[in-house]
Amino acid sequence: MATIVVEVMLKPEILDPQGQAVAAALPRLGFTFAKEVRQGKRFEISVDGTPTAEQLADIERAAQTLLSNPVIESFRVKVEG
Amino acid sequence: MRVGVVTFPGSLDDSSALRAIRVAGGIPVPLFHASDDLKEVQAVVLPGGFSYGDYLRCGAISRFAPIMSSIIIAAEHGFPVLGICNGFQILCESHLLPGALTRNQGLHFVCTDQPLIVENNSTPWTSGYTKGDRLVIPIKNGEGSFQASTETLAELESEGRIVLRYTESNPNGSKNDIAGITNARGNVVGVMPHPEQAIESLTGPSEDGLTFFTSILHSMVGR
Repeated sequence: MATIVVEVMLKPEILDPQGQAVAAALPRLGFTFAKEVRQGKRFEISVDGTPTAEQLADIERAAQTLLSNPVIESFRVKVEG
Repeated sequence: MRVGVVTFPGSLDDSSALRAIRVAGGIPVPLFHASDDLKEVQAVVLPGGFSYGDYLRCGAISRFAPIMSSIIIAAEHGFPVLGICNGFQILCESHLLPGALTRNQGLHFVCTDQPLIVENNSTPWTSGYTKGDRLVIPIKNGEGSFQASTETLAELESEGRIVLRYTESNPNGSKNDIAGITNARGNVVGVMPHPEQAIESLTGPSEDGLTFFTSILHSMVGR
């Protein structure tokens, strides 16, 4: 079984208040190195065997239409395990 | 005049929207997300709430509901659609309106009586207002920050497609203080404030919202 991973991130020009809140909380724990934090989403899609080119193309389309909103987000597809 | 209101799983303001249509003098028609039947309505309202629990992104799953396939096709042919709050989010996810609504700046869920300015009274939903009218209508949202590319914002501004703008304060970080927009044709309108919650002074901060519902009735009669 393999896992197709889709990572979705807000585009750099879109304000990410959740990431900002995390960035503001880090120094309170003594972690002072972070210049910026951006928060995103990760989808893990399990398939039988090695994903086919057709399945990967389908995932690409699913990522474009449902998993991400291309107006504000970008995504990356990769295969793990 | 029959005006439909769609109930999705997680809609909250569907009954208020149906009531507002009745108070305005129209015939309210409940529509259901799982059917593609528009029941011969002449206009439709997508109400506020948290359809599908706001899972994935607000409006992202509702956009693929059977009723939405009928509404998207009809809207592309000039059928009047009003999206309120979650309805506005669904219209953006459906690409019937440009841009997207994202997490409020400051992360707070904002629930307040919000001063607004009417910027466009040429849509069938706002024809009863005068440009420059100042309204007070409740807003209640966690993801109401309107975002769009610089080009899209410039297009909305130059084509007069901003319907409502926040005034006095910007509650959620929306670009250009945008509280509501319309499509190029003017039949699809999305607003973050809740006009259906401002139709009677007994329960709302004003009666300023009722004009959305009387406007659509007058616009359709005039056709």
